[in-house]
Amino acid sequence: MKPASFDYARCDSADEALALLKEHGDEARIMAGGQSLMPMLNMRLVRPAIVVDISAIAALSYCRVEGAAVEIGATFTQGALEAWPEVGRRLPLLAAALPEIGHFQTRNRGTVCGSLCHADPSSELPLCLATLGGEVVLRSARRRRTLKAADFQLGLLTTAREPDEMVMAVRYPLARAGFGYAFREIARRHGDFAIVALAAICNGATVRLGVGGVADRPVVREWANLDAGGLADALNEFAWGLDGSDDIHATARYRREMVRRLGKKVIEEARRCAS
Amino acid sequence: MRVLSKTERHRVRFVLNGEPVEGYAEPRLLLTDFLRHEIGATGTHVGCEHGICGACTIRVDGKAVRACLLLAVQAEGRRIDTVEGLAGRDGRLSSLQAAFHRNFALQCGYCTPGFLMSLSEYLERNPAPTEADIRLALSGNLCRCTGYAEIVAAALEAAREMATKPAG
Repeated sequence: MKPASFDYARCDSADEALALLKEHGDEARIMAGGQSLMPMLNMRLVRPAIVVDISAIAALSYCRVEGAAVEIGATFTQGALEAWPEVGRRLPLLAAALPEIGHFQTRNRGTVCGSLCHADPSSELPLCLATLGGEVVLRSARRRRTLKAADFQLGLLTTAREPDEMVMAVRYPLARAGFGYAFREIARRHGDFAIVALAAICNGATVRLGVGGVADRPVVREWANLDAGGLADALNEFAWGLDGSDDIHATARYRREMVRRLGKKVIEEARRCAS
Repeated sequence: MRVLSKTERHRVRFVLNGEPVEGYAEPRLLLTDFLRHEIGATGTHVGCEHGICGACTIRVDGKAVRACLLLAVQAEGRRIDTVEGLAGRDGRLSSLQAAFHRNFALQCGYCTPGFLMSLSEYLERNPAPTEADIRLALSGNLCRCTGYAEIVAAALEAAREMATKPAG
């Protein structure tokens, strides 16, 4: 398992990377932490003409509160976010989800934005972004735009990023007073891809639940007035609506059952955190 | 910006276990293969080559990472530490290695360099881990012989010893 040959560019600034993307278009692949791209290169699932390595761009390795969100730059690693002293207070949903992402050795290099760009349907960070209603900042040599999570992730390993664009940063909305947040996932072994992953946000009788690992992208549902009596029916309807399928990891029926059972647990946990 | 052509071999220099080394690599060459075949440092083992098994775990600028998910050219200018650097120059095993030896924490030994390099970073950051902490930290390293009990015991023993004798 060795990659096919490619040219390699080590960029020192975003402008350098954007110039290469403009020149090479979809023949280029951006590499940040490489924890998803390198396996795909090794297995020759992708064969880019040029790998544009942005991992050394220090200016994009940041995490700061900007208005009502935490903005995380393109080269900021998952491990660095986990170690950010304010993550538990500012982003409790991510604080709960981060330890589930791979292993500490992959989080040491894997980036937050890279995971969003890879857009695996079972990934934790896209699920958190969709559930919190965050946004992604993109730039090309000609324009800059911001997309809501739902407009960014379009399907299995597919995003709205154009070939000449690069994700510069992501904005995760700050935790709000009176809201509770919880995250759970199930996998055969810790660090494996989630069979089902769930993120819940509760505020009074309002419940928002995001589900990953079932559909081709994270799916979020919100109920304005969900009491304990209506919870089981709501989750059952949601589970069927996700239209999951059987695969090597689990059956569609098992996934529906996990949405119903783990969904109940994660909502109850978020409610406890809110009170 | 440095652009390296796929058809050329490029000089790569870094500090390996405290000593400067250099060699030549095409852009597509993995750091695992560079270490083993270009430098001759065969302590880093190659297992799955997609980041799952942990056998190739090394430290880059102090952080434990998968060498199979890094290109050799990305190591340029970095500080790389591998299993060869754990023992003292006199050959005396580190506290962690000695604990593995005492606890029979290896059988075939193929996965051992990865376990040692993962733990060498983890125990620096978490000097008083519980058994559950160790099992979670080692979930990214696979061993097909030992059943893990001895590895976990060795890690806990090494942590206790390193807490009282931090230099080891």
